[in-house]
Amino acid sequence: MKRFSTLPALNLIGIAALAVALLVLAPAVLDDFRLGNLAKYCCYAMVAVGIGLAWGRGGMLVLGQGMFFGLGAYVMAFHLKLEAAGPDAIPDFMMLYGNGTMPAWWEPFRSGAFTLFMVVALPATVSTLLGLAVFKRRIKGAYFAILSQALAVAFATLIISQIEVTGGFNGLSAFTSFFGYSLYDPINQRMIFFITAGLLVAMLLVAFQLYRSRFGELLIATRDAEERVRFLGHDPANIKLVAFVIAAVMAGIGGAMFVPIVGIVSPLDIDEVASIGLIAGVALGGRATLLGPAIGALAVGYAKTSLSETFPGSWTYFQGALFVLVILFLPGGLAQLPSYLGRLRPARKQKQVPALQAEGAA
Amino acid sequence: MDVIVSQLFTGASTGAVLLLVALGLALTFGQMGVINMAHGEFLMAGAYTAYLTQQAVSNSDVSLLIALPLGFLVAGMLGLLLEMTVISRMYHRPLDTLLVTFGVGLILQQVARDVFGAQPKAVASPTWLHGQLDLLGYGYPVTRLFIVTIAVGCLAGTAAVLKYTALGRRIRATVQNRDLAETVGVSTRGTDRVTFFLGSGLAGVAGVALTLVTATVSNLGTSYIVPAFLVVVAGGIGQIKGSVIAAFALGIVGAFLTYYTSGSLATVLTFVLVVAFLQIRPQGLFTVRTRSLA
Amino acid sequence: MNAQLDYVEIRDLTVEFDGFVAVDSVDLTLLQGRVHFLIGPNGAGKTTLVDAVTGLANASGLVRYGSTDLLGLKPHQVVRAGVGRTFQTATVFEQLTVLQNLDIAGGVHRKARSMMRARRGIPSYVEEALDAVGLVDLRDRPAGVLAHGQKQWLEIGMLLVQDAKVMLLDEPVAGMSAEEREETGELLRRIGTERTIAVIEHDMDFVRTFADVVTVMHAGKVLTEGTVAEIQANQKVQEVYLGRTVEGATHA
Ligand SMILES: Nc1ncnc2c1ncn2[C@@H]1O[C@H](COP(=O)(O)OP(=O)(O)OP(=O)(O)O)[C@@H](O)[C@H]1O
Ligand SMILES: [Mg+2]
Repeated sequence: MKRFSTLPALNLIGIAALAVALLVLAPAVLDDFRLGNLAKYCCYAMVAVGIGLAWGRGGMLVLGQGMFFGLGAYVMAFHLKLEAAGPDAIPDFMMLYGNGTMPAWWEPFRSGAFTLFMVVALPATVSTLLGLAVFKRRIKGAYFAILSQALAVAFATLIISQIEVTGGFNGLSAFTSFFGYSLYDPINQRMIFFITAGLLVAMLLVAFQLYRSRFGELLIATRDAEERVRFLGHDPANIKLVAFVIAAVMAGIGGAMFVPIVGIVSPLDIDEVASIGLIAGVALGGRATLLGPAIGALAVGYAKTSLSETFPGSWTYFQGALFVLVILFLPGGLAQLPSYLGRLRPARKQKQVPALQAEGAA
Repeated sequence: MDVIVSQLFTGASTGAVLLLVALGLALTFGQMGVINMAHGEFLMAGAYTAYLTQQAVSNSDVSLLIALPLGFLVAGMLGLLLEMTVISRMYHRPLDTLLVTFGVGLILQQVARDVFGAQPKAVASPTWLHGQLDLLGYGYPVTRLFIVTIAVGCLAGTAAVLKYTALGRRIRATVQNRDLAETVGVSTRGTDRVTFFLGSGLAGVAGVALTLVTATVSNLGTSYIVPAFLVVVAGGIGQIKGSVIAAFALGIVGAFLTYYTSGSLATVLTFVLVVAFLQIRPQGLFTVRTRSLA
Repeated sequence: MNAQLDYVEIRDLTVEFDGFVAVDSVDLTLLQGRVHFLIGPNGAGKTTLVDAVTGLANASGLVRYGSTDLLGLKPHQVVRAGVGRTFQTATVFEQLTVLQNLDIAGGVHRKARSMMRARRGIPSYVEEALDAVGLVDLRDRPAGVLAHGQKQWLEIGMLLVQDAKVMLLDEPVAGMSAEEREETGELLRRIGTERTIAVIEHDMDFVRTFADVVTVMHAGKVLTEGTVAEIQANQKVQEVYLGRTVEGATHA
């Protein structure tokens, strides 16, 4: 497929370029409002890196990443609500929807350290349990996709129903500070942007290492010929599980950062429609590439904001058309565009390339 | 005892709705392995067909009866169009088809919003469906009974087509072994097209029926599509009877869970039950046997 | 492994598919250092026998290798126990290069931590396998472009990298030229001295040249076992093979 000697270098240069663009260029040229928007897109991009790993490399179409995003987001929101309420006080919405007492399991979320731990541990645990149940029984392909989507539905429904602890349909909002730093201060908002962009770059580095590792090769092998991998002495379930859990954790961290940036998390941010929306950027950028998912997610996030600002309905048309056109004509995403255009030219010596790619897309 | 009877009836009518929605899916998913997310929007198309028919006919007593075949045709043609323009191009990419048809569904929803507005449209139910029927001491709404009847009718129709017609034989041959069917002269492409028309048409019928129990909105399909897919997955692909059992099982289990817990908790628990069930039967209730690997 | 000869012991192995008995209480012993051939008409149950041993088909009976009963193990556990197989249709990772295919097969012996690292250089065992199956010149080509015979060799190479002590090969020379068959046979002889090898094959010329022991299967049962000469002289074997070709005429 690709030569492994040149690819790592190129990818590293790409990550470096993106890091410079996000951490140096963007803060220099964007105003606070735009920078806040970019921070939000970075959260989506984190989820996208994970989707690229699970779907692009591992062949698992994860339609329920909103759930892991939501786990991270709500955990963070619990903490921020408690921070806003102040020590020994209970969050405002509990007075409103509940009987004015706080369930005991909320108490630990007062601790920032515990919250950060849970941001990672909760998605990791849930995805491990689910992954074991699904992959060990060799549920895959369309079945897996449907189950993951149903999961997002179930989770969003659960969140809506538990209004006394989740704020229900309205979600959780009105946060005042983030680990002691006031959220009203633009400087702190910038700091949060840097943290978020830094996390995104870190995740790309993790993905970079995974992709060039033997595990990365094995993951592709599992995607393309799962049964054959068994006879190499590996349990494909374990290989997929690792990718699935890493993707879930990435989504969880993205969700956690989303909360202080956007200032609200509600079931609409995490349900099945939001979940499948996260796929759009990954498909656009190139699901199996390293940088494609992240860049695609940033681009789609930007397009959504701009289009929704101008004509509300047009975003839906755009998103729909994006799915149809990209997946139909550019299954490899924009990253495939150069070779796609090359193929349109009558080049004879390229004959073998399309055949291989066609198999890869299958 | 009363609770059991009433929940059984509630569950049965939810099951009938599920079956009606899932029947077309089971056909297309079973035969082509194609996950058509726009199936939900075909439901919506059926529902709006019922609405438009009522606008045109204005007599609600007969408009429903006209809308049923009309809904079948409208959704069927939409499905045929989708098959010919999009799905036929991506045969060996079933997962990608899911995403493309999701995109198509989004567009259809927005079209409906732009044409009919965001406000729900009510379709008046015919007077002959008003009232309740006394069954085992339980007042059963006649509309619900009618939906069960339509579901059973569609099921019987589908089963008859599969069993007794040449088309049905071709469909079954394609489901069991596509390549072999091809080599013995079945035009699998043509068969796919007809199957897609039928499957989508059934969604249209379901959509018309749904106007009896719910308001018609552009995102009508989204709340039905995932449960319907769960039915197909739990039932196993390739055989309709699996979907029938799964639809009623999910409907009835859901009704009892709703009664003893709450509607939303029931959704969550139902999902857990399906995953648990797939632990026992990863392929669903029934499957078409094939030799694996080698 | 100790100095004692390795062997695989199959006792009373039975595989049933919905009432149809595909393998019927088969007893078979495969000894290290001998190239063992398994022949029989189509549908005799040869592949199913290998499926049962490697965890692909549910079976009853006993398959002992060393101190482990292979039945009941999952396919990847069978591989880890040292038993490898190939498939009737060569299955390699088409998009990976020959080298990557071989390297990926070495994963069984790696620690989880080293899985997360990139490959540096070519491990010696991969080099040896590449050499043994004669694909050195093609090592950077995608496996998908290999000729059919070369894919079969690559699969055998992958078994070498896996360090499979027992190799079960399902029709490895099907579709090969006479010359390629010759080379494959020589290869099997060479690697067979320290391994236990069983080959399913239809080509009688190939069997004649390279078999140390031949087991004939028919309708799920072992018909007979012996040297090539014994097998060829066996009346029952002739009937099975002849009976098959003229079945339509005689049993009509
Ligand atoms: N999964 C299965 N379900 C039902 N029957 C099966 C299954 N696998 C194999 N069989 C049957 O078992 C019998 C033995 O098949 P098997 O493939 O083992 O034969 P074989 O000796 O390898 O033949 P060949 O030389 O053609 O490869 C055949 O009749 C086959 O149809
Ligand atoms: Mg065979």
